[in-house]
Amino acid sequence: MARRIIAADGGHEGAPLLEITDLRTHFLTPHGRVRAVDGVTFTLERGRTLGIVGESGSGKTVLSRSIMGLLPRSNVERTGSIRYEGTEISDYSQAEMRSVWGPQMAMIFQDPMTSLNPVMRIGRQITESLRYHLDMDKAEAKDLAVSLLKSVGIPEPDKRFKEYPHQLSGGMRQRVVIAIALACGPKLLMADEPTTALDVTVQAQILNLLDAQQRERFMAMILVTHDLGVVAGRAHDIAVMYAGQIVEKASAKTLFSGMRMPYTEALLESIPKLEYRSHTRLASIPGRPPSLVNPPKGCMFAARCRYVQEQCLEEKPQLIEGDTPDHQYRCFFPVGTDAGREALERNLAEGRVPQTDDVEVAITAPGGAK
Amino acid sequence: MAGSGTAHLRPVDEVVLRVEDLTVEFPASGGRKVHAVTGVSFDVAKGETLGIVGESGCGKSTTGKAIMRLVPITSGTVTFNGNEISSLSGNKLRELRQELQMIFQDPVSSINPRRTIGDVVTEPLDIWNRTDGAEELVDRVLSDVGLDPQVARPKRRHEFSGGQCQRICIARSLVLDPEVIICDEPVSALDVSVQAQILNLLEDMKERYGLTLVFIAHDLAVVKNVSDRVAVMYLGKICEIASPDDLYYRPAHPYSAALLTAIPLPDPDVVPNTGDLAGDLPSPMAPPSGCRFRTRCARATDRCAAEEPIVRQVGDDHFVACHFPLVGEVAPPSTSAVRVATSS
Repeated sequence: MARRIIAADGGHEGAPLLEITDLRTHFLTPHGRVRAVDGVTFTLERGRTLGIVGESGSGKTVLSRSIMGLLPRSNVERTGSIRYEGTEISDYSQAEMRSVWGPQMAMIFQDPMTSLNPVMRIGRQITESLRYHLDMDKAEAKDLAVSLLKSVGIPEPDKRFKEYPHQLSGGMRQRVVIAIALACGPKLLMADEPTTALDVTVQAQILNLLDAQQRERFMAMILVTHDLGVVAGRAHDIAVMYAGQIVEKASAKTLFSGMRMPYTEALLESIPKLEYRSHTRLASIPGRPPSLVNPPKGCMFAARCRYVQEQCLEEKPQLIEGDTPDHQYRCFFPVGTDAGREALERNLAEGRVPQTDDVEVAITAPGGAK
Repeated sequence: MAGSGTAHLRPVDEVVLRVEDLTVEFPASGGRKVHAVTGVSFDVAKGETLGIVGESGCGKSTTGKAIMRLVPITSGTVTFNGNEISSLSGNKLRELRQELQMIFQDPVSSINPRRTIGDVVTEPLDIWNRTDGAEELVDRVLSDVGLDPQVARPKRRHEFSGGQCQRICIARSLVLDPEVIICDEPVSALDVSVQAQILNLLEDMKERYGLTLVFIAHDLAVVKNVSDRVAVMYLGKICEIASPDDLYYRPAHPYSAALLTAIPLPDPDVVPNTGDLAGDLPSPMAPPSGCRFRTRCARATDRCAAEEPIVRQVGDDHFVACHFPLVGEVAPPSTSAVRVATSS
C-alpha cells in the first residue's frame, strides 16, 4: 500500500524535481552535536546535473544520504524540507521511501565492491528491483537486465548475467552498480563519488557513461565528488560545500570564470595542473576544516582564509546573490571584488597570514568522513 | 611497451639506484603465474625524483616493494650505490633498509594505534641503537614535517587527521637519514588541499635531507609535479620514460597519451574526452603476446602481436617502447590518436 505513492500522486505540475530547503542533519555524539549538514537549500530541475564539491568531512556525503533517507536510525536529527516533484518526502518512513528508491531516486556509491552483494549473481541483483517495483515476471526482467548490462557497456551481457561480483573488474562492477540504479528508470540519480575508487582511464569511461545515460533518459543527477575536475565539464551547476554548508553555488561556467568564495579559489589552486612545469610549488590551504561540534563564531573558513578580516571572525556571512541571478556565495570580502582585493592587500601589508598546521585533537563526524 | 630493453639506462657510476630486468611473479592456483612485473629496467640518479605512473594492476607498487625487498624478486638485479642488493638476506638486508625507506599509501593504517607518536618515530633509532641525541633528532624531524613535537609526542594516531598521519610517516622515514625514499601513492588517500601540503613538504624534505625519491602514483598530474623523470608502466612493463614536461607535451606512447587525455580538467570550457581507451586491463595471469598494450591500442597492427617492442630513444632523454610511437621516425599508421599529442 505504500508502494508508488508518488507515481499515483502524479506529482505537482510545474514543481521542480527536487527542492531542498534549510536541510539540517545533526549527529548526536558523546562529544556533542555534530552539525554535518547545516542549512542547505537548493533546487534541482529535471534533466540537470548538480555537482557537489568539497573536502572530506564537508558534509557532501551526509547531504546526499539525507536526501535519500539513508541515515542511521538513532542519534540523528534531520530537519528541513525535501520536496520531490512537489511532494514533501522528509517525513516518509523507511517503508514509504521504498516506493521512492528505484523508480524515483537511485544512488550509486563510491565503492563498487561493497555496494554489490558478493554472494548473489549480478543478474539477480538487477532483476530484484525490476520485479519488486515494476511487477515484471522472471523472463521479462531478465531480458531488460541483459539489455541494461549491454547499455552500460558490459561485453557479453548474457554471460555476465550469471556471474558473481568478484569475477568482474572494478570498472565493470561500477557499471553493474549503474545498471542496478538505472533499472527502474529513476528521475533522479545520486552519484556519491562514483569514480573515486577507480583508475583515471576507467573514471573517464564511467563519467562518459553517466553522461550518455543521463541525456538519453532526461534524468537529473547529483554528482558528489572531491575533484573539481570531475564536475567542471559535466555538471550544469556546481555547489561547493564547506563545514556542512553550501559556500558557493553557480553554473559551472560562472563558478570557474568568476568565483567569489575564497575557499573555491583555494581549492582550485591546490590542484596540481598538468600544464604547470614540474616542481611548481602548489598553493595549499593551511590548516584543517573547523570542528563541526563547536563551530567558530564567524565564517567557517576564516581560520584558513587569505582574505580574513575582523568582521569574518565575528559575524557569520549569509548566502548572498552575486552579479548573475544563479550565483550565490557566503563571503564579506569576495574574490575578484574591490572589497576582496583591499582585504588581501591589507593582510599582505600587515603580514597577517592564516595559521599553519598545528596539532590538535581531531573529532571526526560519524558517517561524515569517508 | 609495453616492452623490454635497457637503452634508457645511464652508466652505473652516475646513479644511486639501478633496476635491471626486474621480474616479479606470484604463484596462482592451477600452477599459473601472476606476471606482476616483467623485465622492468630503470635507474635513479642522486637527488633525482623518479615518478612511476600507471593504472592499478600495472605493477608500480610491486616494483617499489621489490626494491625494498618486501616481495621476493623472481629474477633481475637491483643495484644500490654500486652494490648488488637483490640477493641480500638477513642482517645485511636489514642494514640496507637504513638507507632505503618507504612511505605507504594509507598513512593511518601504517602507524601502530597503541603507541605514541614519539615512540613510533623513535623506534627506527632504537632498533639501530642510535640513542645518542635521539630525542633531539626526533623533535627536529617532527618540527621539520610541520608538527609541534611537544604536542605530538604523547598523542596516538587517532588524534591526528590523515594529512598529519602522513607527516608522521614522513618523519619516521626521515629519522634514519636515508638516501632513498620510495613513496608508494603517498597522497592518493588525501584530500586535494592536504595533498598539496604533503607534496610541498616532500619537495622541502628532499631539498633539506638531500634525498633521492621514487614516487609511485596513479595521478599523472601529481607525478608530473614532483618528478625529474617519469616512467609510465602498463601491465608489468615500462612504456615510456621521459622528463615530465616532455612527456606532457610530446607523449610518444599511445598509452601515455591516453592517460593524459583521461585526466579531468578543472575547466568547464574543455569538453571532456569521450573515451580513447576502451576496455579493462587484461589479466596479468595471461598477458597479451608482443606489446602488452595492443589489446587496447587504436594503432595496434599484426606486428604488435608478434614482436615485443624494445625501448629506444625518440628524443633528448625520451625513451619509448612502441613500434609506432606518436613522435619519432616511424610514421603513424593512422591519425586517430594523434590529436592527443597536438591538443596541448
